[in-house]
Amino acid sequence: MRNTIATRLLSDLSTPGRRGASYPASDVPVEPLASLIPSAFLADAAPQLPELCEPEIVRHYVNLSTLNMSVDTHFYPLGSCTMKYNPKRHERLSRLPGIVDVHPYQADGSNQGMLELLYEMQQMLGEIAGLPAVSLQPAAGAHGELTALFVAAAYFRDKGEQRTKVVFPASAHGTNPASAAIAGFDCVELAPAGNGLVDLESLKRAVDQQTAVFMVTNPNTLGLFERQIDEIARVLHDAGGLVYIDGANMNAIMGITRPGDFGGDMMHYNVHKTFTGPHGAGGPGSGPIAVRDFLGPYLPGPIVTQSTASDGTTTYAQTTPAKSIGRVRAHFGNIGILVRGYCYLRTLGAAGVRAAAEDAILNANYLKALLADVLPAPHGPHCLHEFVASASGALKDRGISAMDIAKRLLDYGFHAPTVYFPLVVPEALMMEPTETESKETLDAFAETIAKILTEDPAELKLAPQTLPVSRPNDVQAARNPILKWTPCVKD
Amino acid sequence: MPYLYNTAEQRTAMLDRIGVDSVATLLEQIPQALQLHRPLDLPAPLTEIALEQRLRQLADRSTGAADRVCFLGGGAYEHFIPSVIDELTGRGEFYTAYTPYQAEASQGTLQAFFEFQSLICELTEMDVSNASVYDGASAIAEAVLMSMRVTGRKSRVVFAGAVHPESISTVRTYVQHLGCEVVCTPLSAGVIDRDQLSAALTDQTACVIVQSPNFLGGIEDVTAISELAHKAGALCVQSFNPISLGLLKRPGACGVDIAVAEGQSLGIPLQFGGPYLGLFTCRSEHVRKLPGRLIGETVDRQGKRCFVLNLQAREQHIRRDKATSNICTNQGLMALRATIYLATLGPQGIREVAELCCQKAHYAAKQLAQVAGLPLMSTAPFFQEFAVRCTDPAAVITKAQQAGFDVGPLLSRFAPISGLSVEDQAQGLLVAVTECRSRDEIDRLVEVLA
Repeated sequence: MRNTIATRLLSDLSTPGRRGASYPASDVPVEPLASLIPSAFLADAAPQLPELCEPEIVRHYVNLSTLNMSVDTHFYPLGSCTMKYNPKRHERLSRLPGIVDVHPYQADGSNQGMLELLYEMQQMLGEIAGLPAVSLQPAAGAHGELTALFVAAAYFRDKGEQRTKVVFPASAHGTNPASAAIAGFDCVELAPAGNGLVDLESLKRAVDQQTAVFMVTNPNTLGLFERQIDEIARVLHDAGGLVYIDGANMNAIMGITRPGDFGGDMMHYNVHKTFTGPHGAGGPGSGPIAVRDFLGPYLPGPIVTQSTASDGTTTYAQTTPAKSIGRVRAHFGNIGILVRGYCYLRTLGAAGVRAAAEDAILNANYLKALLADVLPAPHGPHCLHEFVASASGALKDRGISAMDIAKRLLDYGFHAPTVYFPLVVPEALMMEPTETESKETLDAFAETIAKILTEDPAELKLAPQTLPVSRPNDVQAARNPILKWTPCVKD
Repeated sequence: MPYLYNTAEQRTAMLDRIGVDSVATLLEQIPQALQLHRPLDLPAPLTEIALEQRLRQLADRSTGAADRVCFLGGGAYEHFIPSVIDELTGRGEFYTAYTPYQAEASQGTLQAFFEFQSLICELTEMDVSNASVYDGASAIAEAVLMSMRVTGRKSRVVFAGAVHPESISTVRTYVQHLGCEVVCTPLSAGVIDRDQLSAALTDQTACVIVQSPNFLGGIEDVTAISELAHKAGALCVQSFNPISLGLLKRPGACGVDIAVAEGQSLGIPLQFGGPYLGLFTCRSEHVRKLPGRLIGETVDRQGKRCFVLNLQAREQHIRRDKATSNICTNQGLMALRATIYLATLGPQGIREVAELCCQKAHYAAKQLAQVAGLPLMSTAPFFQEFAVRCTDPAAVITKAQQAGFDVGPLLSRFAPISGLSVEDQAQGLLVAVTECRSRDEIDRLVEVLA
């Protein structure tokens, strides 16, 4: 099936005189524009947008969509991203009138249903975290990290303590140091230990009275539970610091163990990962944070509070915590994503949440076992929801790199795992199958990887060979950035 | 659980292959003492039928723009959303994909975002647009941080006149630890007092932030403001209203260095404040200081045009604590909505929407003043939103609500606006009018308030 249409850009398709939307004539008396707005403030002409009619826009984007791999169409084991199935019921329910059309400045009185939903979401997220104070405001996981670090900074400032350092292990997501730097902290990275876990001794050396926060992903980016987490927390708490849990991997532990119970003081969720957002081709996300009670007064406002009158009627209101750090964005939060997360949690309930985590763990360990002989994971023996295999053996023996395997998988109809992260594993392939995949798919995926490892290494450098494009030139893109459409000069 | 594949037999077979007898063995790496030995305290699970009933029950107790007549503004507006947007962004190939790390498997997303960047550049006449940030307020915060990187000045940023108070609050949160002074210069007659602005600029000022149309609706002389900023060696950051650019002079033509916006007007539903869309554009000389994702055009190994994530050396997954921003996830699906919106409207459509908003707002302002006795707070020119003065604004809102109309927000719900007297802020009420409002609706609102 040939599809050449989608490779043309909207602006290439533009034909003067076409249009995709019409608006009615004004039903109010029309005044000359220059009598309403001084002409110095008016543009000479309309913006030079492309001119298209509706059917060609539809064909263009439907065809473009077919150039993507997605969870709906392919196995997408992108480690650390929790690419699980996004239930269709969420899409319909999040578009109900009363949800999709509520203005952010509507009076709370005409918005009680929405506020009740958000209040219930705060409660559920607090329970799953074991950390009772929740803000739904942050727009994504990295935004949640930054917000929590602002909260920590405000807390220490309030206590009159000068703490300048944020510590994290080498396997941390890049967002951890980036968020710490923007929040004004000095970053201290712990050297990796051989077993893939935080090295308690180097942690003890790094943590002192200047340490504000230790940021740790648990389970970590190798898919391993930091089994000394309570001891880690004790080190931090003894030094007066706080423990931040990066919740990117909550899909492994929800209902099984809770950050608040293993020593965390603050955490963020990625609602678009753990609670099926969806991922939206790169967002929007939603990154609520949950913190201990003593940090609650510093959360960004507003949050939803509940009150019950003497006659038993319950009302919900937006309030700002007493010592709030202020806002990290306009309005309440990424409601559209939070509503989907709410639908997910209400569908699963407590048993379903735990069952999802257990199947995520089962699937990851099964895939790890299937690959143990051909593409071993250096850390183990068991993992939680994901594991990191290394292609360094294949590279040494046959010249096949992690990137070659990733690109060739695309030819076989599988999205690639995350490659070259975390940095502590050479030739890393980070695989997170999630619970919403079948044994049959995992079997086929493992067989395919075994097959790829027997293929001609020179041919693999040319993979993928069946997709519309192959191995884009990133160096040229960066050297001579073309960041928008420009008209081609025709002879 | 409707979303799991594994049957009991398959689970047993998988455990056998792993070499353990139960999932509990796999969980042994979590110390027993740290495991939760009770079910989570969550509401009981719901079937799809029961879930729908629950959501409808909640939705029935919130009445939004579809069931009321919405004259609400303050940075979020009820504009008409063409049907193609929901249909196309509802394709699973778009919304169940993620960040296009594997370019070959993501050309749909990458090309769509390249088109987004192209259309936003056309809309603003700016050189470069990134692939979006979280929302309009956080876009201003990122612009402030970027101004500091460009100018090397970190101790002072100046908000000129009436910038959205929630944007100012966001910036304060982002810079509070830097020892950076956040100065707000006053309004005069509804727009920036340029003398006071000049006086506030020092050789340590990183940027001047101007919102036009401003929070009270007034159109600012952005060209003059950016000249003042540049004279002090500072950057000029404009927060704009994307629909207004169907009519108004565009940021790139006003000498602005960084132009940002809340992009909700471009085909994104109100949904109680989010997800919305942060637009972020700049001049080309600053591109390597830009936060967020950028899509670039290149060729593949066979010379075919294609698209990739570009200049990633600025980003957190490469540069870690030296990154230009901590942002990772952008607002992908919302950027796609905005792209389809702009493509559907085209140059004529966006001009027509802008003209309709402008004409209807001026008609409403005139009627409210003449018939309902609610005068404009200033004589400044405005686009689709304006502030009126009422002696008892809360009563006005209630009266409107009882008749099915929403107006506002009240200025009194926000932090003090620089240059507005306490009395003005207590008596001010915003009114926004979009192309969705009919003359009949405007007339009925005026009648109710008269």
